[in-house]
Amino acid sequence: MVMTRQLISSNWGNIQPESVEEYAMAGGFAGLKKALSMQPDEIIAEIKTAKLLGRGGAAYPAGAKWEQLRAIPHSPKYIVCNGDEGEPGTFKDKMLLSQDPLRVIEGMTIAAYVFGSQDGYIYIRGEYLGIQKVFQQAIDNAVKEGYLGSRILGTDLTFNIHITSGAGAYICGENSALLNSIEGKPGYPRIKPPHLAEVGLFSMPTLVNNVETFSAVPTIVMEGGEKYLSYGTPDSGGTKLICLSGLSRRNGVYEIPFGVTLRDIIYGSEIGGGIARGKKLKFFHIGGQSGPCGTPDQLDTPYCYKALKSAGLSAGSGAIVVLDESVCIIDYLKGVTEFFIHESCGKCTPCREGNQKVHDILCKLSNGMAVEQDIALLKRLSSMMTNASFCGLGQSATVALDTCLKHFAEEFDAHLQQKCPAGVCFEEQERVAI
Amino acid sequence: MSHMNDADPNQPITVTIDGISVTVPAGTSILEAAKKVGISIPILCHHPDLSVRANCRICIVEAKGQRKFKTACSTEVWQGAEITTNSKTIREARKTVLELILAEHPRECLECIRNGSCELQKLAQDFGIKEVAFTPSRHVGELPIDDIHLAIVRNPNKCVKCGRCVEVCQEVQTVRAINTAHRSHRYEISTAFEKNLEETLCVSCGQCVAVCPVGALYEQDETAKVWAALDNPDLHVVVQTAPAVRVALGEEFGMEPGSIFTGKMVAALRRLGFDKVFDTDFSADVTIMEEGHELLERIQTEGTLPLITSCCPGWIKFAEEMYPELLPHLSTCKSPQQMFGALVKTYYAQKTGISPEKIFVVSIMPCTAKKYECARTEMNDSGYQDVDVVLTTRELAKMLKQANVSVRDLPEETFDDPMGTSTGAAVIFGTSGGVMEAALRTVYEVVTQKPLGNLDFTVVRGLTGIKEAEVELNGQTIKVAIANGLGNARSLLEKIKEGQVDYQFVEIMACPGGCIGGGGQPFGTTMAKKHERMKAMYQVDKKLPIRQSHKNPSVVTLYKEFLEQPLSHKSHELLHTGYASRNIDKEVKQ
Repeated sequence: MVMTRQLISSNWGNIQPESVEEYAMAGGFAGLKKALSMQPDEIIAEIKTAKLLGRGGAAYPAGAKWEQLRAIPHSPKYIVCNGDEGEPGTFKDKMLLSQDPLRVIEGMTIAAYVFGSQDGYIYIRGEYLGIQKVFQQAIDNAVKEGYLGSRILGTDLTFNIHITSGAGAYICGENSALLNSIEGKPGYPRIKPPHLAEVGLFSMPTLVNNVETFSAVPTIVMEGGEKYLSYGTPDSGGTKLICLSGLSRRNGVYEIPFGVTLRDIIYGSEIGGGIARGKKLKFFHIGGQSGPCGTPDQLDTPYCYKALKSAGLSAGSGAIVVLDESVCIIDYLKGVTEFFIHESCGKCTPCREGNQKVHDILCKLSNGMAVEQDIALLKRLSSMMTNASFCGLGQSATVALDTCLKHFAEEFDAHLQQKCPAGVCFEEQERVAI
Repeated sequence: MSHMNDADPNQPITVTIDGISVTVPAGTSILEAAKKVGISIPILCHHPDLSVRANCRICIVEAKGQRKFKTACSTEVWQGAEITTNSKTIREARKTVLELILAEHPRECLECIRNGSCELQKLAQDFGIKEVAFTPSRHVGELPIDDIHLAIVRNPNKCVKCGRCVEVCQEVQTVRAINTAHRSHRYEISTAFEKNLEETLCVSCGQCVAVCPVGALYEQDETAKVWAALDNPDLHVVVQTAPAVRVALGEEFGMEPGSIFTGKMVAALRRLGFDKVFDTDFSADVTIMEEGHELLERIQTEGTLPLITSCCPGWIKFAEEMYPELLPHLSTCKSPQQMFGALVKTYYAQKTGISPEKIFVVSIMPCTAKKYECARTEMNDSGYQDVDVVLTTRELAKMLKQANVSVRDLPEETFDDPMGTSTGAAVIFGTSGGVMEAALRTVYEVVTQKPLGNLDFTVVRGLTGIKEAEVELNGQTIKVAIANGLGNARSLLEKIKEGQVDYQFVEIMACPGGCIGGGGQPFGTTMAKKHERMKAMYQVDKKLPIRQSHKNPSVVTLYKEFLEQPLSHKSHELLHTGYASRNIDKEVKQ
């Protein structure tokens, strides 16, 4: 079986990223040229056939999203690319934006053709300041060469892409908060419905897709939905960029066809190559900080949306953090929760207050101050946060906690007895003992 | 796409709530639909007059087939929806939400200004909260209280971050003094650069106070000053009551909204020990005399038009800050409260032989901005501070409770002479359009020298944000406009500035609905209650024997004995004022 496949990563390191000439030489803009000869609905049909699921984390079918926006009669429609890659352990969009920006531009331009859009926005996280410059150069070059701007490739299509810089807030990766941020408002999520397809940027119909999703569009148009689908599994078309980090031997971004198992990813010689320093895998955190934690007995799960879901896992952003036995679950979850405490926008009660209280209880566990009721309280908090938070941030902040409570119940119990199997907690007590 | 968008907007929708079927118009929220079947879903951030925010998450419900809970305030019903508002899961989740809020909230209910009127306290009671499972994340009460503002105190420790105050300040009033700041556990309601409210553009309208569900925002409590004055045998303490107080005070004593409470209020004030119980309505009639003649003068001499009313101190500060270029449009008339103060310490002092320095003037106002107004340094034309202390409707209620006055059981009494005599025209000052109507009733007769047949100018009535009308005066058409709520005022002023409209007379009140919806009125004010109070105002007007300011016999006497005539030298000295730009962008402060 093929472990990796370069559909959208083929240009990385091989071309001058902002060079239109080199991008075109490598086959770039063929998708756009073909798209301009097709009917918009034909393009959407190909994307539907391709079973391209949103690569930002929510895995919403891109074809359905495009079809819904297409059905909305109002104009102008805006094309927005979510490049606010803030999910910890995720650095794939960084590669696409810096190594192959013209592919993203091409994908967005095809969308502009489908929806008759004149303006597109790409929201690039503030930490990628250098990449913003590369991307701007790529935009300027594309305009110069007639692939962007007015009368693209001699057609009636006029499309301009504007870069908006984030300022470091994770919440701005949430699509509605991202649109607020582009509008110059604070990055708080919006009440939905109305959905962004109907009332999006500047209250107009809007398409918001992730960098990786847009990057896949030229390939789908070029090769056809059928072909793209065949690279992956019957439910998850094509390839996925995964970001391996943590205590894996070969951390990095890999483009894998859907269907490769987690074992192949973590241990396969083409990808992770096993655990660093010969240690034993304890668990892996998949999909980002907002994703679930998995255990070694789940390693034979194929990496595709359906199989991951049935295993209680999820692809999320593509992040896979590998952790070995030296890591304490409680200590790890404290770190995860600290991230959400830092990044909660503060607007709704469950997320603003809940994350802090989760952290309080985890601290009690690692100090040896926790009692049995605290575990029940953790579960009560987590369930409420998942079901009652305003947006995806709060709703998924305790996914890792939930999976750990399930898989590592005995480690929580051990902490109730002031024992830390990984030897991370109770440092003070040990010192006293010595 | 959402199931909710598939619905025909005109088709009624049938849903099941806790097993009870109910049919409601499309677009109805779960919250409203539940009310129809006798279920009041708990709310905290929601307010009927404001937009839906869905921040607090206390109104969560379960919907069959939906993975996550739905917030009842923000979710519209859809055909066939099966909603559960009362299940173990929901009760437990709501309780967890409430406990999270309570964990950060100081438990000092007994000492809190909102004890008994607090929406959070009510929720804790309804939920049967006995203990809170979570520990506070910071030392309760560690945040500094901002209490140097003349009218409003901010206690961020008690804030539940519902966002109501931000919406009224930002969207409704467009003053934009307060906003949300920071994120996550540091998320709070604050001012730009976290300055004291006093240093912001706050106009003291108190609409933030009016919508605050807890004790995070409240007026400066000045009841102690009034008690001290009443207890001082050397002082002659007089009180004036604004028109809108009499139709709202009753609510503080369990009366229905819109109950006319004038007689009992007067009796109660006497019980408190005021030496004279006067009426701001008297000076509202004086205001009409002055402002009406000012309007005529401006029309006749082609002065700056439109003339804009100046009764409302919140509006005055807004104009000085945001529209200094329009200040020449403002009537130079002081507000009725300030005219009253200036007249008590001159005319009344002279008439009674009481030295003005011994006179202590208390105002009972539906308003927080009046506290700021009476402290404006120019408001001392009597030679003393014209009005000494302003109390809100709520503060008066508090004093009456402290004095053990069973207000509802008191016999009705009438105001003292001479400054307690008034007309129907003055009463309606308390509602949007009232000053306009009162002015028209007088101006018409002054101009035409003919008696006015129908005194009811119903075109200027109602709680609509911006109203326009044309009135025939002796063959001449006068174009008028009325705005209530500063956001509406802003829209109107922009048109005036751009020259898109040619009104001659404009009435502006800072609070939505006018003074009946003032920032000092009983807590829990809603549009529905304002409607009731407004109806009561027009009832009072209708029943009064005299309904035109120039026919107020005490006002006639005042001019005969003291002021000579409207816009006289003495009038100008005591009853008129000036304005100055407070716009730092347009005028650099030295």
